Amino acid sequence: MTYEQVASISQVAALLFFIALFAAVVIYAFWPGNKKKFEEAAQLPLEQDPEPEAESARKNKKDD
Amino acid sequence: MVSTLTTNERLFALIISALVSICGLALAAVGRQDLLAAQGFIIMVFGLACVFAVAQGFYEPEPSKERLSSYYDDPIKVGIALAMAWAVFAMFIGVWIATLLAYPELTFDQGWASFGRLRPVHTTGVIFGFGGNALIATSFHVVQRTSRARMPDQLSPWFVLAGYNLFCLLAITGYLMGITQSKEYAEAEWYADIWLVIVWVTYFILYIRTIARRKEPHIYVANWYFMAFILVVAILHIVNNLAIPVSLGHAKSYTVWSGVQDAMVQWWYGHNAVAFFLTAGFLGMLYYYLPVRAQRPIFSYRLSILSFWGITFFYMWAGSHHLHYTALPQWVQTLGMTFSVMLLVPSWASAGNALLTLNGAWHRVRDDATLRFIMVAVVFYGLTTFEGSFLAIRPVNSLSHYTDWTVGHVHAGALGWVALIIFGSFYTLVPSLWKREHMYSALLVEVHFWLALVGTLVYVFAMWNSGIVQGLMWRTYTEEGTLAYSFVDSLVAMYPYYIARAFGGLLFLLGAIVGSYNIWMTIRATPLTSRREIDVPQSGAVVVPGE
Repeated sequence: MTYEQVASISQVAALLFFIALFAAVVIYAFWPGNKKKFEEAAQLPLEQDPEPEAESARKNKKDD
Repeated sequence: MVSTLTTNERLFALIISALVSICGLALAAVGRQDLLAAQGFIIMVFGLACVFAVAQGFYEPEPSKERLSSYYDDPIKVGIALAMAWAVFAMFIGVWIATLLAYPELTFDQGWASFGRLRPVHTTGVIFGFGGNALIATSFHVVQRTSRARMPDQLSPWFVLAGYNLFCLLAITGYLMGITQSKEYAEAEWYADIWLVIVWVTYFILYIRTIARRKEPHIYVANWYFMAFILVVAILHIVNNLAIPVSLGHAKSYTVWSGVQDAMVQWWYGHNAVAFFLTAGFLGMLYYYLPVRAQRPIFSYRLSILSFWGITFFYMWAGSHHLHYTALPQWVQTLGMTFSVMLLVPSWASAGNALLTLNGAWHRVRDDATLRFIMVAVVFYGLTTFEGSFLAIRPVNSLSHYTDWTVGHVHAGALGWVALIIFGSFYTLVPSLWKREHMYSALLVEVHFWLALVGTLVYVFAMWNSGIVQGLMWRTYTEEGTLAYSFVDSLVAMYPYYIARAFGGLLFLLGAIVGSYNIWMTIRATPLTSRREIDVPQSGAVVVPGE
């Protein structure tokens, strides 16, 4: 195999691999079934407040 | 601190510390004809100090089971203190070497104070000392909180923190003596590199073990960034530092890579150190402390996933833009340039995501200097990633490369993005960690913010000017086709900018000192009396120690 052949095969393979990878990530991120999971995950940092004064507000919210 | 370790952990800590000091003694003995002896001696003293620290608390009573129902925060506290100490030290060195460029006589005729030795002390001190300790501390905090799980044991976080700081100490003392691999951001020699591999693998295992104990179904996005940071830095560090020492008794080693391959491996390492040390880890910080401080969830969680994979896969290929117009094959240069330009998409996706999170909280940005630190850090992140993509374009690079523009670009990133996000995160974290109502002085946070912002702007504007002037002077030809300016002419033209740069750096250093004082006074203040019931791991994780 010549250098040109190796180069073109690897270029096409890499192109397909990256497009497939990108598609997989987009599908994962926008899969309807994952929506709820991601929304819950986005709330994670807010569930324990580092600021004590905001903590009471959160407790009240939980009581609702 | 030793009292929080179990008896077994104390025993292991003692054994590890003793082994470290024996290794140090061995290095000092076999390297007695070489500078290695001094480095071995430092390792031995460090190991002995750890032995004494552990021995002092060895017979204290065992910690109660109650500890398992709280997060393990002691190493985080020490990490924050170490990060601030490194910041003040390394930024002081930075101001010194900036002044050296304008007033070269400030080396006082000492070999160790020459620019070539002090510069890596500055870069290693700020990147690894300040940045690294901040990353270790915040990653320990974020992973426990977002996993609702305590770290699996009490010894490995201390091993990671102490071991990492031993590496930094060996690196900078080595540079002062003249030990270097001459690889940028990887100057430390083989014995320190091997030690860092051991520490870093322990760090990765600890992180994975903590995540494995999580009580949340989903791994929060900040943890993905921290994991990418730890894993990729391990790969980069190992590949770039493959070297063969002259002998076990010599500090000097030679890399296994040669010629243009060595250059490519070095800049694959160098640029990904920027990508995964100075970007991925700090984005992890951003995705946790920004929502916490703004009291709003991230604007789009989906976008954060897309930009995570974009950043991880694109950055890997961008390193060759450091080698435009060199012996590196043209197509490899073009590859690096293309990926650098594409990187703008996931970078701005992250920056936009962060700024949109602030929609509806802009009044907080106005009133709260801590949130403003984070907001301005994001703006600098957006600016710097744009500038980076731009500078990577080959014709632009022909003007900017080897000039102060590069230095300005790095500092827009390091001061504007990395340091500001650390300060914003620390001001959020410190009161919560030490259970204080708020920082000791809100006014001092405000003072720090303006010192840091003005310092960064002065620095970056000075370097933009001097860089472009340099680049233009070096490529101006006379009608006869000879260079119009000598190199010394361009040096003379730099003089005012170098003074301005040193002044900007000084302001930034003053800000860091004010911040350290404020953090110190917060720690010394009276703690809140009520226990914060909410900030504990999920029960159930509690009863099974060290699973």
